[in-house]
Amino acid sequence: MSDTNLAEKAGATSRPGMLERPLSRILRPDVEGHRLRGRPDLYTAYKQDMALLNTPAKRNWTLVLFALVVWAGLGMPNDLVGLAATGMAYAIGAIGMNIVTGYAGQVSLGHAFFAGIGIYTAAVLSGDPDARVLGFGITFAPLWIFAAGVVAAVFGAIVAPLALRLKGLYLAIVTLGLVFMGDHIFREWIQVTGGFGVGRPAARVSFGFGRYDVDGELFGLIYLTKNQRMFFLILVTLVILGVIGRNIARSDLGRVFSAIRDRDVAAEVIGVDLTRGKILAFTISSFYAGVAGALLFTIAGFVEPGSLSLLLSVRFLVMILVGGVATISGSIMGAMFIATLPRISFELAHLLPSWIGLNEQILEGILSGLLIIVFLIVEPRGLFGIWFRIRNYWKAWPFSY
Amino acid sequence: MTESARFIQMLSDGLGNGAIYALLAVGFVVIYKSTQVISFAQPALMVAGAVGVSYFSVTLGMPFWLSVIAGMAFAGVLGLGVERAALRPLVGRPPFIAAIVTLGADVVIRNVANRFIGANPKQMGDPFGFESFSVGGANISQRDVAALAVGLVVFAVLFAFFKYSRLGLAMRAAAFDQEVALAQGINVGTVFAVSWAMAAALAALAGAFLFGESGVDQLGWVKAFKALPAIILGGLDSVGGALIGGLSVGLVEALFNTYQGDGAGQFLGFLGSNFAGVSPYVLMLLVLMFRPYGLFGTPEIERV
Repeated sequence: MSDTNLAEKAGATSRPGMLERPLSRILRPDVEGHRLRGRPDLYTAYKQDMALLNTPAKRNWTLVLFALVVWAGLGMPNDLVGLAATGMAYAIGAIGMNIVTGYAGQVSLGHAFFAGIGIYTAAVLSGDPDARVLGFGITFAPLWIFAAGVVAAVFGAIVAPLALRLKGLYLAIVTLGLVFMGDHIFREWIQVTGGFGVGRPAARVSFGFGRYDVDGELFGLIYLTKNQRMFFLILVTLVILGVIGRNIARSDLGRVFSAIRDRDVAAEVIGVDLTRGKILAFTISSFYAGVAGALLFTIAGFVEPGSLSLLLSVRFLVMILVGGVATISGSIMGAMFIATLPRISFELAHLLPSWIGLNEQILEGILSGLLIIVFLIVEPRGLFGIWFRIRNYWKAWPFSY
Repeated sequence: MTESARFIQMLSDGLGNGAIYALLAVGFVVIYKSTQVISFAQPALMVAGAVGVSYFSVTLGMPFWLSVIAGMAFAGVLGLGVERAALRPLVGRPPFIAAIVTLGADVVIRNVANRFIGANPKQMGDPFGFESFSVGGANISQRDVAALAVGLVVFAVLFAFFKYSRLGLAMRAAAFDQEVALAQGINVGTVFAVSWAMAAALAALAGAFLFGESGVDQLGWVKAFKALPAIILGGLDSVGGALIGGLSVGLVEALFNTYQGDGAGQFLGFLGSNFAGVSPYVLMLLVLMFRPYGLFGTPEIERV
């Protein structure tokens, strides 16, 4: 076969790429088949049914949501933008937590350990080479974000075999032990972490043209504060990882996870590879945790090993329980909610009379504990469940169903 | 200090702390046996109990042992409250959910306790202070001896309770199969309540000794998690396992405290100066890799 022949063949079978398609076609993925006029919900191809945004309502509201988020990033007060950015970084970790605990049913309290690995991988890679703590000066953000995820994922894969031996609460306790061991390492490895009570600067962000995480004009076009810049960086990361998470959940791997969660023995009987499933669940989840960790402290710019304790793991757990177990959007809702909890407690603590003696930290603790209890008893499906009911109510409005 | 004195010192520290861990561990076991739930609220109940003991003995000036009993009663009532408010609505739901709810209860109680602890550690007001006596050149603190003695007595009472009392028998039956127990006329609700009250009281007792030297502060609760390696070692549903697990955790910790580090006559310095604190968790990992149900636990047999 000659070269020209090959080229022709390739040309004949290649399909129009994303770039050649008009924007309206990308937003409305009716690639094959055509819609019947006036009946936008009628599918004429499997692809339409499988699309993530498979109804006009979803597509339009997603655009509205996106516009709102961008507006929030540009228009909110600077401290709230920082809070929202932290919340989105938490959301990445919460999605990871939900993959291993919500979808695959392997209760892991070790999330803080994996997040810690991500934090220090990113901080060391991007750190100042001349500083007191270890640093390699590679500040190119996509690189260290990815590296943080990969290193954490490797540790996740190393830890995963424990889940093959242990189940349920035994596994929870062992992963809890992991947090204590990680805590010890983070406190003692002073060259990397700066040591307990001292800490080190968090990852530094750049995209190859000077520091990104500083106030200033971007491309000479728009003035953005550091918090706003981090907001959009974390937003992009969250959207990418969120879509990947959602796709994992609805792909064959997601079904494997659910099968393991619902009954692992039965799953094995019908041919699900338990070893592969559990190891992948831990690996993917740890990747998310690592990325979340890498971004989490960039807003504060500083990380202290004491903040990577069991409480961080518990916070991730609260996020998915409050947001909604085994849902991606629930993870995000829960993370945003828990991220604003310190601020809420701060405001509440000033409203309470002083003789009660609750400062904002104590109040935050009490609130988050109560949230766990109340949500698990009253609304086990979390914020997602509440949203689900509201949505379904309006779907059939004005009829009750 | 001679080598043998150092060894005796290590033993006494280890057994003293180990007895405290065993008391904490048996609290977990009592709850797990009857409800199949690991109570993550034990650390908070321990701290709350210790705050109670401190209140009775230091603030009110009651005799130490009387305050301990009062503190145990206080924690017991608290435990009853947690069971009634947070756990009872979850009967019939998976044990994992209940375990997470206890974690929530832990966070709440701990933070409320923190409000009463404040910035300075609260002393237990026990009569031991830094009193010690010398055996072969080692200084054995009275508190360690008292903790070990109290621990052994409590375990003897617990063994007798589970073996000979009606309620103990009822608790064992409920642990074995709740439905069958119900059918035999056992009030499973009472069993749950009693086991929570017992576990909380035991946690308070452990707290009174654990915080004897340093006082209870806002970070004291973390020490209660040392009981987790103990119950894993012993098996989640074995009272005797809790005793052996607790003592071995205490001994392992003392062993590393004494012999591991950068100092003279110490080994494995690269592991860091506070490795003793995490050594129980390392031990737990190793045991679990080889015996997933602990040394004395009952393996779960699963049917599909």
